[in-house]
Amino acid sequence: MCSCGEEGVKPSTGGDSDGPYVVSSTFATGRLSTPAGDIPVVSSRLNRRDRLGTFRVRWGIGRDRYAIAPGLYALGSPDPRSPVLVTANYKLSFDKLRASVAGLNAWILALDTLGINVWCAAGKGTFGTDEAVRRVETARVKGVVSHRTLIFPQLGAPGVAAHEVARRTGFRVVFGPVRAADLPAFLDAGMKATPEMRRVRFAFKDRLTLIPVELAGIAGNKGVLAVFILWLAAAIAGLKGAWGVGLALAGSILAGAALTPALLPWIPARMFAAKGALLGLIWAAFLCVLRGFPPEGAANIAGAAAGLLFLPALSAFLAMNFTGSSTFTSLSGVVAEMKTAVPLMILSSSFGLIAAVVFILLKI
Amino acid sequence: MPLSHLKNVSTLKYDPDRCAGCGLCAAVCPHGVFEMDGRKARLLDRDRCMECGACSRNCAPGAIDVRAGVGCAYAIMWSALRHKPAPQCGE
Repeated sequence: MCSCGEEGVKPSTGGDSDGPYVVSSTFATGRLSTPAGDIPVVSSRLNRRDRLGTFRVRWGIGRDRYAIAPGLYALGSPDPRSPVLVTANYKLSFDKLRASVAGLNAWILALDTLGINVWCAAGKGTFGTDEAVRRVETARVKGVVSHRTLIFPQLGAPGVAAHEVARRTGFRVVFGPVRAADLPAFLDAGMKATPEMRRVRFAFKDRLTLIPVELAGIAGNKGVLAVFILWLAAAIAGLKGAWGVGLALAGSILAGAALTPALLPWIPARMFAAKGALLGLIWAAFLCVLRGFPPEGAANIAGAAAGLLFLPALSAFLAMNFTGSSTFTSLSGVVAEMKTAVPLMILSSSFGLIAAVVFILLKI
Repeated sequence: MPLSHLKNVSTLKYDPDRCAGCGLCAAVCPHGVFEMDGRKARLLDRDRCMECGACSRNCAPGAIDVRAGVGCAYAIMWSALRHKPAPQCGE
């Protein structure tokens, strides 16, 4: 599933006290008087509430409403020569940024991205040239700093045209590193990024971080919920085989939405759907062996066929949906993958369901 | 094993004759698709391109063209179901 957030926070005209935003007094340590007015002061140390909020949104809870008021913030005790770091008003992005640059005194300019992270918002254009120009004006950045340089995160570049922002604001635009953690080294080097700082990674740890939100997204799906309630009713009614079917489906969901993301580069195959199908097939084969292989009697053969056809298709579908959370798939690539994978999934799951019906009819 | 998706699918096009040598494409690309070769950008590996559009957005002389979009199956499915032309995450 896409990790971009679905709805976004609707912008408000008022300040952060009456808007849909996380109130700044819960994370700011004070106020700083500047020529542009009083602005909140924040530190690099996250408080308990910040950390709790991070944990919450990593599970997809209230992720669409986790925004701070756009505008200027003071990190530490900046002066007019301190750098201006531009970010999104998604609180997770904002917190990640300030926590990554401990000891740095800087101005943070949060653009209104409706509470969506920098990269996704840049793709939609909300973290973009127009909003940057507007926010530099409304936050009166020119009155606060004596220099004329804005440091944008590199991943904001799909939405921000450096030459246009420069022309329209008078500020030079510098694209900083991909990761906020590299900002201190970037600044020390005179705003020069190493090639390593410019590359997006998708390490094991990054992928593990995304698994909770994948699983929460599945659990929150209305269709999945309906199937779950039906299954629960069957299990409570003591229907034979309900627990086995539940276990088979749960394992297949985990294979596609958790194991495939975790093991992504090590599963042979280029298509995400193929990676998921492979793990789903291994899981289905394991279940077949557990129930005795080769299966005996028409009913058991139909049952094995149902598992071997349906479970890999389910895992493949969920794995395919992880393309949106990955950092390297293109629109053209995913469209090409879907043209091959979706018909196969439909075919395989349809035959699997037919086999399941045959199995049930033979058992009754 | 490096993470890579399908080959020969990217819509990225680059015209070296229009390159002004500013180096922004090489700087903004998160996958090292471009590198600077003296005063010109060089297209290193089109297959690493994820069509985010950062390079073309920041190419003032318009030497780079790409159909930018999200590589997200979920978004593509929803856009298709709602008959929307361009897949987007969320609304």
